Amino acid sequence: MAVVAQTPSQTSGAKTSLRNSTFLRVSRYVVVRLLTLFATVVVGVYLTIMIANMGGYVDQIMRNEVRDTITQRIALNPSMQKLDPAVRKQLIEDTISQEEKRLGLNVPLAVRNARYLSNALTLNLGRAINMTSDAGSKQVRLIILERLPATLLLMGSSQLFLFFASIFLALGLSRRYGNFWDKLVVALSPTSAVPPWFYGIFLILIFAAIFQILPFGGMVDSPPPTGTLAYSLNLLKHLILPASSLVISSFFLSIYNYRTFFLIYSSEDYVEMAKAKGLPARDIESRYILRPTLPNIITNFALLIITLWTGATITETVFLWPGLGRTLYRAIGLYDIPIIVGSTIIYAYLLAMTVFLLDFVYALVDPRVKIGEN
Amino acid sequence: MKSSLQNLLKYPSAVLGMLVVLLLVGTAIFAMVKIPYAEAIRLWRGGEDVWYQNPKFAPPAWINNFSSKKYAESFSVRTTDGSLEKTVTPGKEGTASISINYPLDFQYDFYPQEMILYVTSKYQTKQPFLSVELLTPDGRKIRITNASLGEKLTYRFSQDQKLMTRLRTEDVFPVLFSDPKTGQPLKGQYQLQISGTTFEPGSDIDVEFVFHGQVYGLAGTDQSRRDLVVPLLWGAPVALAFGLIASLGTLVLTMVIAAIGTWYGGWLDELIQRITEVNLVLPFLSILIMIGTFYSRSIWVILGATILLSIFTGAIKGYRSIFMQVKESMYIEAAQAYGASSPRIIFFYLIPRMIPLLIPGLVSSVPSFVFLEASLAVLGLGDPVLPTWGKIIQDAQANGALYRGYYYWILEPAVLLMITGLGFAMLGFALDRVFNPRLRDV
Repeated sequence: MAVVAQTPSQTSGAKTSLRNSTFLRVSRYVVVRLLTLFATVVVGVYLTIMIANMGGYVDQIMRNEVRDTITQRIALNPSMQKLDPAVRKQLIEDTISQEEKRLGLNVPLAVRNARYLSNALTLNLGRAINMTSDAGSKQVRLIILERLPATLLLMGSSQLFLFFASIFLALGLSRRYGNFWDKLVVALSPTSAVPPWFYGIFLILIFAAIFQILPFGGMVDSPPPTGTLAYSLNLLKHLILPASSLVISSFFLSIYNYRTFFLIYSSEDYVEMAKAKGLPARDIESRYILRPTLPNIITNFALLIITLWTGATITETVFLWPGLGRTLYRAIGLYDIPIIVGSTIIYAYLLAMTVFLLDFVYALVDPRVKIGEN
Repeated sequence: MKSSLQNLLKYPSAVLGMLVVLLLVGTAIFAMVKIPYAEAIRLWRGGEDVWYQNPKFAPPAWINNFSSKKYAESFSVRTTDGSLEKTVTPGKEGTASISINYPLDFQYDFYPQEMILYVTSKYQTKQPFLSVELLTPDGRKIRITNASLGEKLTYRFSQDQKLMTRLRTEDVFPVLFSDPKTGQPLKGQYQLQISGTTFEPGSDIDVEFVFHGQVYGLAGTDQSRRDLVVPLLWGAPVALAFGLIASLGTLVLTMVIAAIGTWYGGWLDELIQRITEVNLVLPFLSILIMIGTFYSRSIWVILGATILLSIFTGAIKGYRSIFMQVKESMYIEAAQAYGASSPRIIFFYLIPRMIPLLIPGLVSSVPSFVFLEASLAVLGLGDPVLPTWGKIIQDAQANGALYRGYYYWILEPAVLLMITGLGFAMLGFALDRVFNPRLRDV
């Protein structure tokens, strides 16, 4: 972040040249920034592709698997057992090369990686190798879109609640810091060292296994209830435990961090001054504490929005929640590189876009910040 | 340093955290001394011949303290180590009669799951003979079985068709251990009487009696009859090693790289910053899952990958900005003036300044790595050889422990993980306040 105090020497006489230089500075900044971000995305995605096939190691696994299944299938097919062994051998080889072609294994690794990369960068996500969506499609786009609502529901409800609740509570605590609740939050903040799925197991134990008032996992009952209202209520019932475990795991640390952050800003001289003037607490908070902390809050919010996309792999696995995180985990187990790459590229683009836009947002909310100056 | 320690002791959470950490270190050392590595692996990976003495899915024996109805405790006794007493009375013409009596104190409200006799015998041509009877507290004598022995005989009470017919039941234990009038479990002193006869000199019989109750030992057992004490104890050194090495490796490497980048500046610094940005794009957990699925599930490979991926994160930027300030200090200038080399300045002047900052970070990042190992284990990517807490949870999850009511199975490793995580986190928080005075006031 570039913070520079405005120099008073710039007088109105040089206004036009100043505007020109501002335009030049901003556009140079935009071009350089976009180029570096794009390069970052390219390198990041290429590395992911390389890791996803372990530099060719996964190819060998896939080749062996193809050979195994096809040899088995043809050997066990009674109508083919009557064939001449040489003909059958030829048939096996043909089928294997066909299947390898379908999987793209006949193309050299470097070419295939380059193809994955260029397809990914143009958001041409292509077809999955082994996975299908519940509706039966092999399109990566459709597989991802099918799982997206589940993840957005779970992550959205928990993360948005967490964000607003912790800011609200942190403001309250920073106002009366040192009291019982404040000490309690400080004392409980180490609980965030424990990941959400772990609280999930305890919640399942208490509410599903012992009291049997909430379901063990899944997203709706099977068969799903008919009628929108009944369906939504059922969904809500399944949402409570996974969402709570996501919230509990970050709750106290999040409040603690915001509270400490607000406290640092509320010891500034201008806040003391405002208090001395007798401004109401609400005004002090919104004008003198929240305003300067706004860039950080916006950053946190923007990054939160991106994390919605990634889902919570392990929490989703523990609760059998059919979200993107679990789909990605299954895709890895099935060597389904297009899905892994698809998920990574979308995250990379979202992150790059957010980082880029945040610079402009800073300049909008904080007049001291000038884009492209350092 | 001394005053820091005194400051630290003012925080109750720090004292508690330190106690937990010391306790863990103690447990880890105890585990490694008591059950050496090879023995732990044998007990964990051994197979049915190591675990046959234990019942499946047995909760720990101490749950009897919390339950008004008492569960039968499992045990096994054998003549070879004297826990089962054997008296041999020589008879005529090389024969001998062997009598083995086991007093079975049955004070439980539930019937045993299984009782098994493993009989081994030595003989040249004439097979020894064995008969088994159970004497109940109310004086009845129930004939269990008669058999002439081969070299090895495994007799399962619940599987004996003849015994079932004789007792007119499908399930023999309720009949064997009940009062025939009330049908309720009959508590008291039972007597398992095994008498054998050998027919030639040098012939001998050895018996092992295995009693599968509902509960077992200090920690219970899992789906393959393994005693959970082993992975619970051995989880401590594994978790500590993984957490500490990952945390120390990450922080030290991050710091060294940040220091080198800041000191030399230029393209090196630029490169480090670009790598950090690329690393932000990489999906951390997915990559670890990929390495675990495709390449190796060994804990050391995962540890290495974790450290590599954790070096170039936001922390490197934090260190960089601090090094930037330190770089301008007078004592660095002085060092340059007397001709100190760049490596000397980096390792003897820049980095030592940061060690106070390193300590809280080191301690507070341990839990995240400990839980990372457990998380990967829960996804089925735990180390295939080592017994760890995460693997217990995964086994329990895979066997529907919560659904079927085997709560002990999940709670034991979960509570240990929780205590470890909270202990380090509390200590780390307090250390942070001691070493970062800016935080102390708020």
